[in-house]
Amino acid sequence: MGAGGPPAFCSASKDDAVYYIDLAVTGISFGCMYAMMSVGLTLVYGLLRILHVAHAAVFALGAYATVLAANATGSIALGFVAALIVTPLFGMAIYRLLYEPLLNYRPDVPMIASVGLLVLMQDAFRIVFGEQGVTFRRNAFSFRTFDIAGVTISAVQIAIVITAAIVFLGLHLFTTRTRIGVGWRATVSKPRIAASFGIDPIKVRYLNFAIGSALAAVAGGLVALLNNLVDPTIGFVVSYKALAIIVLGGLGSVRGTLVASLVLGLVEAYGTIFIGAWLDRDAIAFLALIILLMIRPQGFTGAHTA
Amino acid sequence: MSAYTISIVSIIGINVILAVSLNMISGFCGQISLGHGAFFGAGAYAAALVMVGLANVPLALLAALLAGSALGIIVGFASLRVRSDFLAVTTIGVNFLFVGFVRKQTWLGGEMGISGIPPTGFGAPGNMVMILVLACATVAFSLYVNRSWMGFAFRAVGEDEQAATTLGIAANAYKLAAFGIGTALAGLAGGLYTFFTQFITVDAFDFIFSVMLMAMVVIGGIGSTWGVVAAAIGLTVLPEAIRFVNDYRLLVFGGMLVLVIRLAPGGLAALIRNLFVRARQA
Repeated sequence: MGAGGPPAFCSASKDDAVYYIDLAVTGISFGCMYAMMSVGLTLVYGLLRILHVAHAAVFALGAYATVLAANATGSIALGFVAALIVTPLFGMAIYRLLYEPLLNYRPDVPMIASVGLLVLMQDAFRIVFGEQGVTFRRNAFSFRTFDIAGVTISAVQIAIVITAAIVFLGLHLFTTRTRIGVGWRATVSKPRIAASFGIDPIKVRYLNFAIGSALAAVAGGLVALLNNLVDPTIGFVVSYKALAIIVLGGLGSVRGTLVASLVLGLVEAYGTIFIGAWLDRDAIAFLALIILLMIRPQGFTGAHTA
Repeated sequence: MSAYTISIVSIIGINVILAVSLNMISGFCGQISLGHGAFFGAGAYAAALVMVGLANVPLALLAALLAGSALGIIVGFASLRVRSDFLAVTTIGVNFLFVGFVRKQTWLGGEMGISGIPPTGFGAPGNMVMILVLACATVAFSLYVNRSWMGFAFRAVGEDEQAATTLGIAANAYKLAAFGIGTALAGLAGGLYTFFTQFITVDAFDFIFSVMLMAMVVIGGIGSTWGVVAAAIGLTVLPEAIRFVNDYRLLVFGGMLVLVIRLAPGGLAALIRNLFVRARQA
């Protein structure tokens, strides 16, 4: 489901060193994808203390927007543009219509509403676009592979890693070099003080949802390209992995999320060899999560305690 | 009674046990668990193994009860270490781990599940009566717990753990008790489910099912036994009563979850309570 399944591009045999490099490539590309998916979640948690489970629906919406617009226009780039327009609006709508009225309740109230929204959206995707899902009509890009010293890397994997690098560099520059970005960070760490310096916390929240959703949409579009398929379950497993990742990364920490995503991508890639016989690949993230939470209940960094 | 009615009533009974037991953990004691399906599944698999091996009904129910609460107490220990949001994520994880683990176990039938489980010998109506008796017992037990000292302690821990500890309530012990009792009942429901279907696969115990159980608790009114019973019955009958709903079951469940939380975060129970208050004032 979603980004699950065995590594698709392993051509070498198990005894080969190349096989392990192949796994590393798979692991890193999945890790980058997880990072783009999870960072929106962690931003929302950092700002509002809500576990935004419906983020997976945003991710799926991004994937659908990409594939539908790409099929309509014949250009994959336009597909991504469409996703980048639709999803931030959707993300902001979720905040305005669902979370804002629930901010004064216990944190599990908005979370359960969020789970409800995800289940609803997933079924809506199934009803509107069909159980079988949608494939790209013209997608030569998906199947192009490069052979580098015996290691097979697909163009999509390279695109995922490059996109993630650009996105995180951009995010870093945005939050350290621009006024809006600094205001955003200030609001996340000290909302009252930031507000007293004239930063509108409501605008920051919308910005937060817009950026987080856009990143999820990019990740969704890339996964759509990788699988050459968008089906209703695309966001499902990934979304719960993302929950595990943001907890592993210490809720609210972007850097922790990035590290946890890459670690998880690699652990999953190699983990399938060693424990794949008795545990589903998709459950590995939660095994890691539960072990970590038992040792360190505050997560890796412990920056925010729940 | 037609076979169809018997099967619907049986499923209602099982869902009532599950929703009421989840309400004890999440409603009474405030420990949000989104992995109730895992405990249900543990009970179902334990009962299936006993039935296949020994074909003994009481022993199968006991095994189901013990399997559910054994897993539940382990997760309960997790609830002592992690709080609220973290606990929710942990229980989601437990559910995924359970499904991911069982799917790969050949001795549990793997993806194919366990089929050909011997019948209880009571027939479908007999099974239904057994399920209903146990469902009523569960509801009565829940009402009793709510009025007892333990129910008071559960609520205290759920409302404000620190304040409860200050008052000399052993919060940890009560949290473990809530998990142990709630998950034992979920395991029991699993055993009954095994008797009912005689065929189980792990997909019946996935996270989506746990969400539906949570939907029953939230829509009924978290903490209210009667509200939860009403919601469990309603949400089980609804897809059967309205044909088209069956195809859009998840859409309806998700939509209701969103709407109820958005419009009446207290659920059915709070709505009715408000109506009474208004009627009295008028």
